[in-house]
Amino acid sequence: MRKLTFAQALNEALRQEMRRDPTIYVAGEDVGKYGGIFGVTAGLLEEFGEERVRDTPITESAIIGSAVGAAAAGLRPVVEIMFIDFIGVALDQLFNQAAKMKYMFGGKAKLPIVVRTTCGAGMCAAAQHSQSLEAWFMHIPGLKVVAPSTPYDAKGLLISSIRDDNPVFFIEHKMLYGLEGDVPEEPYTIPLGVADIKREGKDVTVVATMAMVHKALEAADELAKEGIEVEVVDPRTLSPLDKETIINSVKKTHRLVVVHEAVKQAGPGAEIAAMVAEEAFDYLDAPIKRVAAPFTPVPFSPVLESAYIPSKDNIISAVREVLGK
Amino acid sequence: MAERIISMYEAIAEAIAQEMERDPRVFVMGEDVGFYGGIFGATTGLWKKFGDERVRDTPISEMGFVGAAVGAALEGMRPIVEVMFVDFTGACFDQILNHMSKIQYMSGGQLKVPVVLMTAIGGGYNDAAQHSQCLYGLFAHLPGLKIVIPSTPYDAKGLMIQAIRDDNPVMYFFHKGLMGLPWMTIIEATWAPVPEEPYTIPFGVADIKREGKDVTVVAVAMMVHRALEAAQKLEKEGISVEVIDLRTLVPLDREAIINSVKKTHRLLVVDEDYLSYGMSGEIVAIVAENALEYLDAPPKRLAVPDVPIPYSNTLEDFVIPSADRIAEAIKELVS
Amino acid sequence: MPVEREKLVELYRTMLKIRLFEERVAEIYWEGKSPVFNIAADPIPGEMHLYIGEEAVATGVCAHLRPDDMVAGTHRSHGHYIAKGGDLKKLMAELFGKKTGLCQGKGGHMHLFDAGLHFGCGGIIGAGIPHAVGAALAFKMQGKDNVAVSFIGDGAANIGAFHESLNLAAIWKLPVVIVVEDNLYAISVPKSKSTAVKSNAERAAAYGIPGVLVDGMDVMAVYEAAGEAIARARRGEGPSLIECLCYRYRGHFEGDPQLYKPEGEEEEWRKKDPIPNFRAKLIREGILTEEEANKIQEEVAALVAEAEKFARESPWPEPEEALKHVFL
Repeated sequence: MRKLTFAQALNEALRQEMRRDPTIYVAGEDVGKYGGIFGVTAGLLEEFGEERVRDTPITESAIIGSAVGAAAAGLRPVVEIMFIDFIGVALDQLFNQAAKMKYMFGGKAKLPIVVRTTCGAGMCAAAQHSQSLEAWFMHIPGLKVVAPSTPYDAKGLLISSIRDDNPVFFIEHKMLYGLEGDVPEEPYTIPLGVADIKREGKDVTVVATMAMVHKALEAADELAKEGIEVEVVDPRTLSPLDKETIINSVKKTHRLVVVHEAVKQAGPGAEIAAMVAEEAFDYLDAPIKRVAAPFTPVPFSPVLESAYIPSKDNIISAVREVLGK
Repeated sequence: MAERIISMYEAIAEAIAQEMERDPRVFVMGEDVGFYGGIFGATTGLWKKFGDERVRDTPISEMGFVGAAVGAALEGMRPIVEVMFVDFTGACFDQILNHMSKIQYMSGGQLKVPVVLMTAIGGGYNDAAQHSQCLYGLFAHLPGLKIVIPSTPYDAKGLMIQAIRDDNPVMYFFHKGLMGLPWMTIIEATWAPVPEEPYTIPFGVADIKREGKDVTVVAVAMMVHRALEAAQKLEKEGISVEVIDLRTLVPLDREAIINSVKKTHRLLVVDEDYLSYGMSGEIVAIVAENALEYLDAPPKRLAVPDVPIPYSNTLEDFVIPSADRIAEAIKELVS
Repeated sequence: MPVEREKLVELYRTMLKIRLFEERVAEIYWEGKSPVFNIAADPIPGEMHLYIGEEAVATGVCAHLRPDDMVAGTHRSHGHYIAKGGDLKKLMAELFGKKTGLCQGKGGHMHLFDAGLHFGCGGIIGAGIPHAVGAALAFKMQGKDNVAVSFIGDGAANIGAFHESLNLAAIWKLPVVIVVEDNLYAISVPKSKSTAVKSNAERAAAYGIPGVLVDGMDVMAVYEAAGEAIARARRGEGPSLIECLCYRYRGHFEGDPQLYKPEGEEEEWRKKDPIPNFRAKLIREGILTEEEANKIQEEVAALVAEAEKFARESPWPEPEEALKHVFL
């Protein structure tokens, strides 16, 4: 099959959807001529023009706020917040307006907004450009949260997100942009709320998200050499979360490790661990383990940053621990 | 001598006043904190006592004045800044997320940011989706902030003094329904004995508000009182409930939770914050990681079921955990 | 008022220090990043935003500041830090991510902090403005005559924090000066497409404070305007806004292809380059001889080389250091 990078797959999804539906517009800082700082909107300005591909001033609160208004009035905005770290200046519009409007209007308003943003460490961009904050958006009722790990998933999930009538917070891990993978040319959708088993196994369930999916797969490869079969579950959408797939996997393996790049305390792994403890308690043969970043901001120096990001070895140790090996 | 009984809002204002007298670097700013005394009374009487310079009414510009608190702290002051409702932190989130919580770390420990950001949480009085949230779960996920949530006037005073004296940024959440305000539904526990002299309560030490042997209930703020009410009811049915009030989420007293679970073998976490991806998940996860083998039943959570807080009485009462529903959940656990 | 010779020479030396430091940083930065550009590659990892072309602004403003005056910088702040009197060695070591760096490798190039110099900066646009306002509030409450300066780009003037901070500073009459470095672009978006008024100096009127527009390529013009605003602040007469029209020769960050800049634009601005022009002026006016100017150049180059050597030879932090300094 044809190969595209993660960034190209997203770009193709945007392009195909914009061709299909004239109510879609793109807005954000440097999304026009520059094509997005990470290249995801490259070429859209040339094809769709300034009316539909809007460079904005540095004004995140107004970027999301105006998308709320535009969506309520019938458009389908896809806006870009350059780094998830910048969401602090626009959070009110996301948490109190976009997320709650449909509910406050008694279900009468539909609000088809996609907010695309980048997360993650790995390029020494330090404390204000490297964070993984997905848990916050998962904690706010009214937002769907999407977090793909492969080019194939990225394209299908973005198309689904654009077609969804709810606000979707779409998180792209910046270290994945260059990742290549098979991507069909025609448009396709992947339903929100359906996890993907990226590798089957019977001994331990590892639930991993975004860049950590790949580290979990590497760990699984290594452990397979010793005869340990790890099942890697990629939730793909964090809200709604595909509880069933996770629980079914735990019922099979009886052991759970949750891996993410966000800090551990009150992070995505806490919710997944709690959910499994509540709903699959009787199937667990060992305590649950979480592998996550420590409770610190992201440090700059490469030495410190690599100590901070959860590694393949951390995952391997956690798997061994739940197996008692 | 009879113990002095005061409300939680008076306890907070008294703590601030005593610290302002002790330390000239302490000052207060926020919307309506001056003449008005704070919409929820947390700065009552301060303006009269300390004047315009140290008790500053601000314009409606949370990003501006929370950022200014950070700047003032960097230059040696110890600001207490009030954001009227936690729901409004969206308008100043960047200052909390990227500056208040991180400057100390990013500077390699050179700088300190001793800000106390106090803010009101909680529903139960028909203020709907944008004025009833708790959201402390978000801040507990952010390294660099201490998270304080008192449930009684006594704790409120001791924890506030501790917060002001702490060299780290502290977020101090007070529950509107616990402040003892005459225009809210009065619950008994909002008026309680509080010593007049200043005292501190260390962070990271949970308080067992009621001892029990059958079930551990972990809660903060209003849910502590609802859990106590449920515990009282269940006592008559022969169920002994231990109620742990965490008081601070960062640092978190993991030991108290785990030790209690080791004793009771059952865990219920009650939370007025949204269910998913919040404090309740963290506590259950800690137990699932560290004390799974002590549990005789699956751990349970009772929290706002992932909807915004609705306006109407019946709807709001349905989503915020009540003493009755807490009692039901406990019964399910022990059955 | 005539400016003393010593001060003029100092202005020149400071601009040159920033220029030579950054030109060297650009070279080192690319050492590990060709032929394949990997942003996290050594010796200087991460994003890199250079100030080259804008030196006159930081220099002209900071020349009026004392070490205990506060400066809140931007994501492009090497210049502000150096002009404030910053330590080149510690700065370079921080860029390398070394243990001896300003922030022991925790901050990096966008997040530089120096407690002794009352200097801080960060990667969130406009976020430093309220910090400067708060520092100014502290100075006022402490009865000091210190001043806080917030540097921002023209892009930051469109974010809420700018407007909230100016209003707060104005109603409280705080000793703060906001310096807008208008370098024409917010990354790729030109000011003409992001800002409805012609000059941000006009926005000062909305807050009832003075606002001036100056030539940011002319260090003396900046020096004069900043001198007035800072003196006014020290006298307790409140905040001011200065917009300096300038140009960034390089991309928003290293690696930016800069396709958004019209052809010939840079050449036009190069003619106004603050450093050679000021050097020529000093020689023309008999302040410096050719030889003296060359000697300054050599001295500054030696300082930069020394800083580089220090950074290269410094040890890495221990990985466990990542867990320190979250709380005191």
